[in-house]
Order: sequence, then C-alpha cells, then structure tokens
Amino acid sequence: MTVTVARTPPLTDRPKPARRRSHRSSLVPWMFAAPAILFFVVFLIIPIGYSIYLSFRGFRVEGGGAFGRRVETWIGFDNYAAALTDPEFVAGLGRVLIYGVIAIPSVLGLALLFALLLDTPRVRARSFSRTAIFIPYAVPGVIASLLWGFLYLPSTSPVNFIARELGAGPLDFFGYPALYFSLANIALWSGVGFNMIIIYTSLRAIPSEIYEAARIDGANELQIAWRIKVPLVSPALVLTGLFSVIGTLQLYSEPATLRPMTTTISSTWVPLMKIYQEAFMNDNLGGAAAASVVLAGGILLFSLVLLRFFQRRTFGENS
Amino acid sequence: MSTLTRSRTAPPRPGSRRIDGRGTVKRRASTPRLATTVLLLGALYCLIPVAWVVIASSKSPRELFTTFSFSPGSGFIDNLVSLNDYAGGQFWQWGLNSLLYAGVGALASTLVSAMAGYALAKFRFAGRDLLFAVILAGVLVPGIVLAVPQYLLLASVGIAGSYWSVLLPVIINPFGIFLCRVFAAAAVPDDTLEAARLDGASEVRIFGAIALPMMSQGLVTVFLLQFVGIWNNFLLPFIMLSDQSKYPVTLGLYTFLSKGAGDSDLYPLVIMGSAVSIIPLIILLLVLQRFWRADLLAGGLKG
Repeated sequence: MTVTVARTPPLTDRPKPARRRSHRSSLVPWMFAAPAILFFVVFLIIPIGYSIYLSFRGFRVEGGGAFGRRVETWIGFDNYAAALTDPEFVAGLGRVLIYGVIAIPSVLGLALLFALLLDTPRVRARSFSRTAIFIPYAVPGVIASLLWGFLYLPSTSPVNFIARELGAGPLDFFGYPALYFSLANIALWSGVGFNMIIIYTSLRAIPSEIYEAARIDGANELQIAWRIKVPLVSPALVLTGLFSVIGTLQLYSEPATLRPMTTTISSTWVPLMKIYQEAFMNDNLGGAAAASVVLAGGILLFSLVLLRFFQRRTFGENS
Repeated sequence: MSTLTRSRTAPPRPGSRRIDGRGTVKRRASTPRLATTVLLLGALYCLIPVAWVVIASSKSPRELFTTFSFSPGSGFIDNLVSLNDYAGGQFWQWGLNSLLYAGVGALASTLVSAMAGYALAKFRFAGRDLLFAVILAGVLVPGIVLAVPQYLLLASVGIAGSYWSVLLPVIINPFGIFLCRVFAAAAVPDDTLEAARLDGASEVRIFGAIALPMMSQGLVTVFLLQFVGIWNNFLLPFIMLSDQSKYPVTLGLYTFLSKGAGDSDLYPLVIMGSAVSIIPLIILLLVLQRFWRADLLAGGLKG
C-alpha cells in the first residue's frame, strides 16, 4: 500500500513557515506564477471575454432599400434569442443531453464496477485486465470513432457479417435510437479505463484493516463494496463524474468522424458542429459566440449542480 | 477467512448472496471467479477494436468489404506502401507533427504548471487564495468552447494556421496546476527550502535544483495526462490549421476518411494509418505505465 498525498495536512493551516518567510520579497511567488497567469489570461480569460463581447454584436442594415449597408453594431440579446429559438441548435442540445444521459452513467457505472472487481480479493489476471481496459485511453477519439465506425458500417461490421450468414437482415447501428447507443459505446470504450484507474487507485489507498473489521462482523464482499468502498471513494467519483460531464457535453469529434459513414448525422447534429458552421461557413460570429456562451453556461451549470449535489470538498479546501 | 460453503450449483449471482445466522458468508468462493470473468470480458471488449484494426490493416480494398471482419487479408505490404507513398510521405509528417505538438506542448505545460503549483503551495502571499480559486474555476471551463474565440484572436495577430496556434493554447492546463500544487505541498518540505535559503541559494535555483526533482514523480503524471490530451485533441487543430502539412495524425486521418466517403480505395489507407498511429502510443503507454502515478492523482483529489 503506497502512502498517498491524501494524508498530508491541509495547506492553509501552517502559519509557522509563513512567519519565518515573511521578510522575503512577496514578488517571488508571483514570478513563479507569472507564466501560468499570462497563459491563463491570454487563452482563457480573453477568449471568454471576447466571446461574450461578440455575442452581443451583429450586423444591422443601415439606410434603406437596395442601398442599405450592413454595419456591425450592438444588437443586445438578439443573438441569444436567435440561438435559443434556432431549431437546429436546440435539437443539437437535446441530442447531446440524450447522449449524455446514456453515456455518463454507463462510463462511470462500469468504471466503478471494474475498479471494485479489481479490488476484490483473489481475482485472477488482475494486471492483464487492468492494462487491457486502460489501453483505449491511448486511442484518440477520432481514431476510436473510426474503428467503431467500421465495426458499425453494414459492409464491414462483424455483427452484420454473422447476421448475414444466419440469413438475418443487416442491423442498422446508425439509425434512431441506435445511433445514441453507438456513440455512447464509443465514449464508454474510450473512457471506462481511465476512470477505472482513478477509482481503483483511490480504493487501494483505503487501509485494509477497515475491511478486516467488516469481515469479522460478517459483511460479505458485496456489502463491503457498497457500504464501505463506494462511500470512501466518492471524491474520486465526483471528480470523474465532473470530467465526464464536461467532456461529454463537448461532443464533437465522434459524430464528426462518423458523418462520412452515414447520412443520419447532419452537419449540425451537435451544438459544437452548429457553432463551427455558424462561425466559419455562415460568417455569423455573433451567433456562434452566443451559442458558445449558452453551451459553456449550460456545462458550467451542470457541473456546479453536480458539485453541489455531492457537497464534497473534491477540489481541496479552497473551493 | 476460509469459511466457505462449497457445493453450490446455482450460478454465482452477487445479488443473491446472504449472510446466515452465524455471520458466515456463503458462496465466497464464487466471488473471485465471477469478478475475474467480468474483468476478462471487459478486457476483451476493450481489445476487440484494436485487434480489428490490426487485422483489417492487412486487407485489400476488396477484401475489406467481402471477407469476415476478423479474417486477415493479403494486402498488408501494399497498404503500408500506399500509406507511405500518399502525398509524398505526408502521413509520417503528420506523425512528427503530433509528436511535436504533444511532446513540446506537454513539456511546456508541465513546467508552467509546476512553477505555478509550487508558488501556490509553498508561498503565502496576498491574493493567493483568489488566484487558486480562479485557476480552479478554469478546470470547469469547457476547453473546446474556447477554440473559436482563440482562433479569432490568434488570427488577429496573424499566427492562426501556424504551429504556434496549436502549441500555445495547450500550455495552460488548470487541472495540471491544481495537481502540481498538491504534489508540491506533499513532496517539498518547508524545512528543506528554508535551509537552502539560509545557504544563500537563489529562489530560481531552489526551485530548479531542489523543488523540481522532489516533485518529479507527480510531474511525470501531469506530463503524461497532458501529452495524451494533446495527442487526442481534435477540434483545436481542426479549427486552427488549414495547411495539410501541419496537421497532426488525428486531423490527417479525419480528412482521409472524409475523402474516403467518395472513394473506398482510401479506406485501407485510413485503417492502416489508424493501426500505425495507435500501436506506438499503446506501447508507450504500456512502457510508461509504471511511471504513471495514478495514486498521486487519486490522492490529490482528497485535498
């Protein structure tokens, strides 16, 4: 059992070294933090601010009739109204939600199950299973979608090959509602291993005496798993859940990669595809920015609700 | 713990186990066997697509659509040669680009994160808690939503479409900073820093020669996380780059597939390209697995 940083005392309650250091220049920490602050401002704060600024800008026709000029100006919440009433964008949001409702619980549930099974005494082939399940983490989303795409494609799918041999009709992995499950399966395949490792590692950090005590009290492995292990790894579950939510709602590369293989996926199938199209094909930066702000706001809201729901100090004492 | 009741013939079901009156656990023997089986099924599920791409990379275009998915074909060398010849070896250029973006980007990102994490963990200064809170909030910002405004900003300074446009945005990694703060707090003792200061070492030297080596195990984890993150990133290069010679592998294969929709002769190239690009990364992951300290990651989460 390795000792983890989990048991270090909280950072803030250490006045002693601070007093000793108080004579030193307070510029030193800022110097070390300066590159991070610079990149944070340039690549996070400014883009966010710029997006919000753009989302209130748009073109109005000035002057009348055929001689009207398109002038960029403040148009208030028009872009937001347009985004929220745009059937394509709203439908995209709905699709991502359906996908998320399928994908997130599957990824987390299976990751937790695998982690608990790895942590079960006397399991065979432990390190083989752990490594094999972790391998898809090394496969980029685009390539994962490519591989699964070919396994779904009627002309190359092994499932359909067998179905054909048995005289059954081809199965359509790209139809509705199968498409949601096909996409969620790619997320599951890509994500289960990484989440499993995080949960498994927090499981191993639990002192085994706790289990011994429970076993003496007559608890079986299932009860130990559900009543002791799961509550103790809940910080890891919250974190993996949070990252899954953020990652899932940004769905883009999977449907974009599968698009050439099927006609079911339109060019605006998920919100990010719509945003990309508005920004780069329709030259509607204001609309794209408003849609981005709506999407980011939704993801943030979702994450905060999740964090509040668990009411745990997942991110240390300062959050 | 050997109070097992054997001779149970019913299939092992975790939900069906009971504790009898004396507190003896029944059917204990079935637990590891069932767990092993489920884990092996999970392993099989994760390996099937990888196995498929390796097998399919040996198929000629015709075999791809006519033979069984998992029966090897006869075109392995042909596919490799045509992948190599495509647009004058462009595939290898993409591979090098991916290595450059992921390697240099992750290295720079790790250094920037280490410095910031060290400052946040080992110094008390006005505004520290606020700075940390703001950086933590950055973890929640969905990175992909930033790509369009980042493009517009980089285009306005004239570097959109360059290597820099993909390298610079990935250097900031709020979660990496958070992890580095945890590592620095745990691995670098204040007394060591004080002793070095009494000896007159400069702050830069203390960081470079003392703190950084002490944090190294955690830094490897931050580096690997960011390396894989950049390697797998798609939307940022997709939005930033227009010149095919600057594409990373993911974007290159994506354009292959988009073209392949009208030309199924390109499918074997896509498949061969996928196989060639994931195998080294999987090997790298297996080799680096022992340096991968997920316990630091998981431990850090408890703050």
